Amino acid sequence: MSHTETHERSLLGFWIYLMTDLLSFGVLFATYAVLSPNTAGGPNAKELFSLPFVLIETLILLTSSFTVGLAMLAVFKQAKQQALIWFGVTFLLGLTFLGMELYEFNNLIAEGASWERSAFLSSFFTLVGTHGLHISVGLLWMAVSMVMIWKRGLTPFINSKLTRLALFWHFLDIVWIFIFTIVYLLSYV
Amino acid sequence: MFGRLSLEALPHEWYTLGAVVSLGLGGLVAAIFLSKKKLWGWLWNEWLTSTDPKKIGIMYIIVALLMLFRGFLDAAMLWFQQAVLNGTSYGLSADHFQEIFTAHGVIMVIFVTMGLMFGLMNYIIPLQIGARDVAFPFINSLSFWLYVAGAIFLNLFFVLGGDFSSAGWLAYPPLSGLEYSPGVGVDYWIWSLQISGLGTLLGGINILVTILKMRAPGMTLMKMPMFTWATLCSMVLIVSTFPLLTATLVLLSLDRLIGTHFFTSTMGGNPMMYVNLIWMWGHPEVYIIMIPSFGIFAQVVSTFSRKKLFGYSWTVASLIAVTLLSMLVWLHHFFTMGAGANVNAFFGIMTMIIAIPTGIIVFNSIMTMYQGRITFGTPMLWFLGFVSTFSFGGMAGVMLSVPAIDFQVHNSLFLVAHFHTMAIGGALFGIFAGFSFWFSKITGFKLNEKIGKAAFWCWIVGFFVSFVPLYVLGFMGATRRLDQYDPSTGWQSLFIISFVGLLIIATGAFLQVLQLIHGFLKRNENKDLTGNPWEAEGLEWSTSSPPPDYNFAVIPGTNKIEEFHMPKNTPIGIYVSGFVFLVGFGAVWHIYWLTALGIIGAIICVIIRALDEDTEYKVILK
Amino acid sequence: MKLNFELFNPKGFISEQQTDLIITVVALLLIAVIPALVLTFTFAWKYRASKQSKFTPNVSGNTKLQLGWLGFLILIIISVGTLAFKNSHALDPRKPIQSEKQAITIQVVALEWKWLFIYPNSSIASVNFLQFPEDTPINLEITADAPMNSFLIPQLGGQMYAMNGMKTSLHIMANEVGDYRGFSSNISGEGFSGMKFTARASSDRDFNAWVETARISSGSLNYNELAKPSKNNLPTTYLVAQTDLFDSIVMKYGEPIHVR
Repeated sequence: MSHTETHERSLLGFWIYLMTDLLSFGVLFATYAVLSPNTAGGPNAKELFSLPFVLIETLILLTSSFTVGLAMLAVFKQAKQQALIWFGVTFLLGLTFLGMELYEFNNLIAEGASWERSAFLSSFFTLVGTHGLHISVGLLWMAVSMVMIWKRGLTPFINSKLTRLALFWHFLDIVWIFIFTIVYLLSYV
Repeated sequence: MFGRLSLEALPHEWYTLGAVVSLGLGGLVAAIFLSKKKLWGWLWNEWLTSTDPKKIGIMYIIVALLMLFRGFLDAAMLWFQQAVLNGTSYGLSADHFQEIFTAHGVIMVIFVTMGLMFGLMNYIIPLQIGARDVAFPFINSLSFWLYVAGAIFLNLFFVLGGDFSSAGWLAYPPLSGLEYSPGVGVDYWIWSLQISGLGTLLGGINILVTILKMRAPGMTLMKMPMFTWATLCSMVLIVSTFPLLTATLVLLSLDRLIGTHFFTSTMGGNPMMYVNLIWMWGHPEVYIIMIPSFGIFAQVVSTFSRKKLFGYSWTVASLIAVTLLSMLVWLHHFFTMGAGANVNAFFGIMTMIIAIPTGIIVFNSIMTMYQGRITFGTPMLWFLGFVSTFSFGGMAGVMLSVPAIDFQVHNSLFLVAHFHTMAIGGALFGIFAGFSFWFSKITGFKLNEKIGKAAFWCWIVGFFVSFVPLYVLGFMGATRRLDQYDPSTGWQSLFIISFVGLLIIATGAFLQVLQLIHGFLKRNENKDLTGNPWEAEGLEWSTSSPPPDYNFAVIPGTNKIEEFHMPKNTPIGIYVSGFVFLVGFGAVWHIYWLTALGIIGAIICVIIRALDEDTEYKVILK
Repeated sequence: MKLNFELFNPKGFISEQQTDLIITVVALLLIAVIPALVLTFTFAWKYRASKQSKFTPNVSGNTKLQLGWLGFLILIIISVGTLAFKNSHALDPRKPIQSEKQAITIQVVALEWKWLFIYPNSSIASVNFLQFPEDTPINLEITADAPMNSFLIPQLGGQMYAMNGMKTSLHIMANEVGDYRGFSSNISGEGFSGMKFTARASSDRDFNAWVETARISSGSLNYNELAKPSKNNLPTTYLVAQTDLFDSIVMKYGEPIHVR
């Protein structure tokens, strides 16, 4: 069985997986849409979220989507050093994003706006937290991949996995755009 | 240290203790046998760690049959209570009764029908499309072991105590919420579904990619056998709806674990949202188990009529229509929740529309018999049984889809009779048809047709004796899930008839076991040497029975004998699902370090597997 | 012991129409089901291999026949669909029943595990017993202070879910004096099977007499005490002092959600 065949199958499989993941996010978005008015007398979105902070978060994640693209270009050119650098930059950006998200969560909980406060906050924490969890998985995946590039080089076996990692990362970026729009921007309208 | 798990939680009722003792004894006997025959290595290397879809398929079927046994015992206990013990003091307690019907539903839908279907698909689909394997052999093994982990979860309370959920097979909140179900039962239910659902989702992706990417040269989509088409549709439904189940269960377990308010009655939660979400998965789910049977019947009827399938493209289009429509009808499960007349009418009419493509599928099967040379092998009998039961079940279904009628029969025994007609007469008969159709392909020997036919007659007669009384009870206003009812209603006589039907069905099941034992003992006399005992069409019949590991020496449609790679066996699927099991176990009993350990373990296993480049071996045919 | 086919023995304005609907729909569907069954067994018999009748192995379809069958099914579904649509509106449980007589509102609360019926205009309430005058539209307002239940009296009309913090409605009218079986049809926990009651349709005079008796002879309702879980409760009547008891039960769960 040739590598191309395996690669194509895995790629199709991964696309289908991404679709299923999107559907799971769809449930969380729908839940958020239904429950966000139900603040049960607690704080609402407008009172809680700081748009500039989230805007910076968003820009960081968008940049990381760009840098992972650069990393993949390096992979196609078989430029190992360059690939490692760009994956490294992406990793740091992703880590910063995750750190900022945790910081935001921490502040909210400190203000007494935890997921136990209202259905609105339950759905907020779950939606954004699930995205954060995906980012963490992506970061772990990226870390392992970098070790493998460093040790084994850019073989077809590794490259096939890197293609899917990049897809995953872009996917998370798209999901975040939706979160940014629906959760944060719309609360200001 | 051990969360809620303490000595008091351990089982102390006679039935759980009995189950533990018999499980232990059974395990001991098996262990002694395996050690004596020195079969441990064989079991582990050849079977448990196998990545061969044929072996995984057989293992699916074995586990599913064990679950069928338990699900059947559950049904017998429920019926015995309603037919014989009603009004006496010997009956089951309400709580116990409710646990049993909850388990019965979950077992039959998720673990029996899905397990048997996945078993057949794993075995037959690669053969039908001329492939040596599935797309992702490791994920296939992982899917199977996740399914097993889910099955163990469902039975775990026998051994470890606590209760099972008593909130019905779909566990509506607030009944399934912390306030009304504080125990571990609902958590067992959640994790059993969650883990096996994950396996189903992975399995769905796997078979979908297999069908889309691995067909032999020349097999275009419109040349695929009908079972492959039906499987394709069913898998599309799996990948479109199981994510909804996963997400919904996560939300419900968050409500129970960390105090969120998705489906609680207070703090802005909305239980009606759960009902919507769970049925957006739940309704397609019943089509997931139903659709593959349509495919099996289409092939059976064409083989036994010695004719091509009538209206192939119409049947394909109808399968696709059923697949798409099934995602748009979920609300018909709760017309009685108070939605407006227009909403109810819309979902009711959408539901009826499904009857049109379904009607075409059945009609095409019937027309295939026209001017044929029909022989009545066991698979063909199952087909005739299907038409006779399914027509009435479908009729009952359309009745239920009329909102004004549903207000009367919703949650009644009429409903119970309806979905059992679909699940038994449709899905299960289809599985039996497929099972008897492909049996010699799977094992290499033929089964005794006489015993098979006797089994069929027991099933079909037992079915009508069992379920016609339930339709009648439905018209008498008998509601379902009652552990006690007023004797003055006069229902008992009908319950007794129904119970007799169950005994007839049990006889049929017993004959099927007998048929298997008989077949096995006489396996050398009844060898399937031709590989095609029914003179059927299709690639699966072009290879030997049973097929070699690699299915085909020469891939159909090609002519060169090449060397090729096959996947090596691996135990990592077992390890991963073992760790996932720990995650769930820790979550059920609030042993959080165990959950953490499970997560870390599973991740490490996945990484090890992902980095392994040496997963295949080379086959060179001489 | 007399078997009562409740769905074919309707005694209410709504349920009578439902019964007619059931019979019509069954008849329509049999038009498709009977030919399918007849064809199946005719073909199976006629074309059995041993008989050696006409054999056309290569016929693989017939567009005209397909279209005919498709059209036939569509016609049946259109007729059933039209019935379904019309009756969804005509028999909408939320729609008040028109009558010369003044409608009576009764509030229904599903508790663990009994039914509480509040008569807001008479300041009384009853548990597991519901009485009302015949030929009078009854507006039922339904909620729960328990897991979800479904309120159902088959001989009088359809069912409606009873849910926490929500208010659903159901309209029924009895055509005949009599005792009818009422119960919950949705699993709600341990005492679920005991959640049954008698729905008594009586003459106006008997109804008024019953209300009077209840007023004189009942103790006053301690709601919090009653709401505690209990099983197989006997029919009881209470005096209700609190005029907004029902609303307070609905509001207990926060902002109410009116099911639209």
